[in-house]
Amino acid sequence: MSSLFAFTVLGLFTGAAYAIAASGLVLTYTTTRVFNIAHGAFGMVLAFTFWDLSVRQGMPQWAALLLVLFVIAPAIGLFVQRFVTRGLGEGPVSVALVVTVGLFVGLIGIAQYIWPPAPRTVTPFFPESGIDLGSVFVTAHQAITIVLSAVVALLLYLLLNRTRIGTAMRASVDNPELLKLFGGRPDTVAALSWAIGMSLAALAGIMLTPVIGLSYFDLTLLVINAYAAAMLGGLKSLPLTFAGAMGLGILQSYAVAYLPSQGHLAGIRAVVPALFLFVVIVAMPQAQLRVGQVKGIVSAPLPSARQAGGWGAGLLLLVAVLTQTLADADLLLVGTAATYAMVMLSLVLLTGYGGHVSLAQFTFAGVGALTYAKLDEPNLYGLLVAALVTGLVGALVALPVLRLTGLYLALATLAFAVLMDKMIFQADYAFGFNGTLPAERLSVLGQQIDSLGAYVMVMTVFLVLMGFGLLALRGGTIGRMLIAMRDSPSACGTLGLDMRWFRVGLFGLSAAMAGLAGGLFAGLRGTIGAADFQFFNSLPLLLLAVVFGVTSVTGATLGGVGLMLLPVLQSSRPEYAGLMFAVIGFGAVALGRDPNGLSNLLFMLGRKVKGWVESWVEPWLPWPRPPAPELENEGGDLHVAPRA
Amino acid sequence: MSLLELEDVVVQFGGVTAVNHSSFSAEPGRITGLIGPNGAGKTTCFNVITGLQKPTSGTVRFAGRTVTSTPVHRRARRGMARTFQRLEAFGSLSVRDNVRVASEIHRGLAGAFRPSAGVDGFLERVGISEYADERADSVPTGVARLLELARCLASDPKLLLLDEPSSGLDEQETKSFGDLLVELAAEGRAVVMVEHDMALVMAVCERIHVLDFGVVIASGTPDVIRADPQVRAAYLGSSEETHR
Repeated sequence: MSSLFAFTVLGLFTGAAYAIAASGLVLTYTTTRVFNIAHGAFGMVLAFTFWDLSVRQGMPQWAALLLVLFVIAPAIGLFVQRFVTRGLGEGPVSVALVVTVGLFVGLIGIAQYIWPPAPRTVTPFFPESGIDLGSVFVTAHQAITIVLSAVVALLLYLLLNRTRIGTAMRASVDNPELLKLFGGRPDTVAALSWAIGMSLAALAGIMLTPVIGLSYFDLTLLVINAYAAAMLGGLKSLPLTFAGAMGLGILQSYAVAYLPSQGHLAGIRAVVPALFLFVVIVAMPQAQLRVGQVKGIVSAPLPSARQAGGWGAGLLLLVAVLTQTLADADLLLVGTAATYAMVMLSLVLLTGYGGHVSLAQFTFAGVGALTYAKLDEPNLYGLLVAALVTGLVGALVALPVLRLTGLYLALATLAFAVLMDKMIFQADYAFGFNGTLPAERLSVLGQQIDSLGAYVMVMTVFLVLMGFGLLALRGGTIGRMLIAMRDSPSACGTLGLDMRWFRVGLFGLSAAMAGLAGGLFAGLRGTIGAADFQFFNSLPLLLLAVVFGVTSVTGATLGGVGLMLLPVLQSSRPEYAGLMFAVIGFGAVALGRDPNGLSNLLFMLGRKVKGWVESWVEPWLPWPRPPAPELENEGGDLHVAPRA
Repeated sequence: MSLLELEDVVVQFGGVTAVNHSSFSAEPGRITGLIGPNGAGKTTCFNVITGLQKPTSGTVRFAGRTVTSTPVHRRARRGMARTFQRLEAFGSLSVRDNVRVASEIHRGLAGAFRPSAGVDGFLERVGISEYADERADSVPTGVARLLELARCLASDPKLLLLDEPSSGLDEQETKSFGDLLVELAAEGRAVVMVEHDMALVMAVCERIHVLDFGVVIASGTPDVIRADPQVRAAYLGSSEETHR
């Protein structure tokens, strides 16, 4: 009995910290419609800042706390709102997600660069004191956290219900334009809520560090708990959010106390928040289509069949030359790049064409690899099954969120990725804890592919075929419907398109592509384990896809090379390892609004060079140049090619 | 019998009542006008009819069946089509592909495998053929509105809901647009139009419902509406003089 009480107190403490974090998340989301995936990452960086001020620089704890909560955090909030997230709420949800994932990864990079990994001690507030409740000792730190969460709740209630700006904040939840009409200032409201939200993230991070330590990832991922709590309140209701946070804290505490630490159920303890998030999302009511929100975005050009064939052949030729010249270690990197490029192609379909964001694409590759290795059919049949199984899993992830909008789909993939990462992949029936599985190289039509060079060649053929398939799909009916759905879901609905099943199919197909890549990757490596498909890797994957251009096959191919190079560069200059994450993250923040990315610059450059060469060559030609065909068809133009 | 019937529909947003116990209907072969000042709840009514907005209470009947909780796409499949006040063209597709995709959606699986014919016919009918190859987000507003109409026609609807279709059109274009509406109604379609151009409304509508603060304050023929003192006070006022 006393232990139950003790675990309840512990649960209330963590729940209180989640509640503080979650209320900040809800505040920024409701007032600006930007769901800040990086909320926990900001909390992490600010907790590090607090440690730096109070421990490393020796500032009194209370002074450091006040400085962080009331000066640094609000300043960061104002800055981020003004220069990063302003206006994102009116755009497609995929852009807002990519930008905040960029902040997420960038902040982790910054933290690793400023505060390199080292053991750090964090002292709780008033370490010696506490309250003795008979059989249970509640530390002062725990008590303060619980009291603070109540104070935060009270202050937020007073702010929202008893002040003018609070009324404006509540009004902007429903309709910011209406607020503007009635003389409110949505920008002020947005700035204030981001400032407050950031302070709350900092407070939650600071209160939790004595318990979970100063860890880049653990603190950042705590945000999943905050998401889960916020979801229970429908991202709107603060009282429900608080209730959700407390409930989750207690549930998690009981899971640690009463679930077995051995056997099949052991993994559940680590994934309680992710499960909670998934269940809450599934139970959410039907979302209504929003009208007048999304504008058409500029798409990368659709290349002609001749162009695509030419570039595909060129890529094959290049890899053929590489297989003859490179050492095996470098060939492995080429194969890895091909894998990443294929996974990115799955994102071109899902995000570039479909406008949905997945934070679990590497996890899907892992499912493919696992299936391929377990099946032990190293041939095209085995690869096909791996792709089909992954496609089915992808559809199953999308199925429960059928009724909901893009944000919830993305969060469901996040919950799924964490679930797989912490529970399934490490289980005995999968890769095993820290374990690996052997995977044989594929044989094609009875022909065993022994050499690494030949295998990399086969992978490249798959990559090129996948690219062709994607372009064919984009040029046809399905492609048009995808673009139409991305541009205006409301119009698609009123024209009679059942988008729910279309979305499940799209998600399944995209997962299947990633699964195929995973199967090929397993064969390339020979042995694979859970460590190859960690959840976090899906984030740089998404960001690099956007940076290089998530709307084109070219972008995916270049992005694959970029992602392959990342660890190579990091191991050659370990002191800059964190900084590279920061570059990718903030690069995505800068480029996130244009999903055509860097490859689009290439297309424009290509057209310029072509025009330049032609005008230069023409006077020397003995015959007049034939009239230029429509430029749009020749690529390089931003516009979608009209089909004759 | 009416093709479309709204019965006692109420829509509340938080504390605001956008539509307040409204009932009206639309008949096949007729153009019905829905007029009223800004914020009167006209577009909200369209959202309720098409299923984009769930009513707080009340019933929507279409072609003899209650569709109040039928999903958006299924209502469309039964023969509803609409345009939007805030444009919802597929901006990154060409004008022609906008109509083509609508026709493909309408034909379902068959649309995925057989090329759609007659797409250019719809563009021609609404008079925007010259824009066929341009991106939909680069054409003038008036053209984009006509494009949305062409897109609707591709699904051969029984009920056509038009939300401020003539804004962005000049006088000559508005006139031929009016002729087109009359033609469409003559084909047996029910046309419901939210419109601020009183001259157009009075010229083509056989029946008009006037909304004010979410309440239907008057229903009747153009002559009845013109003469209604309540309508004049709420809405028409002096604008009647200018538009005559």
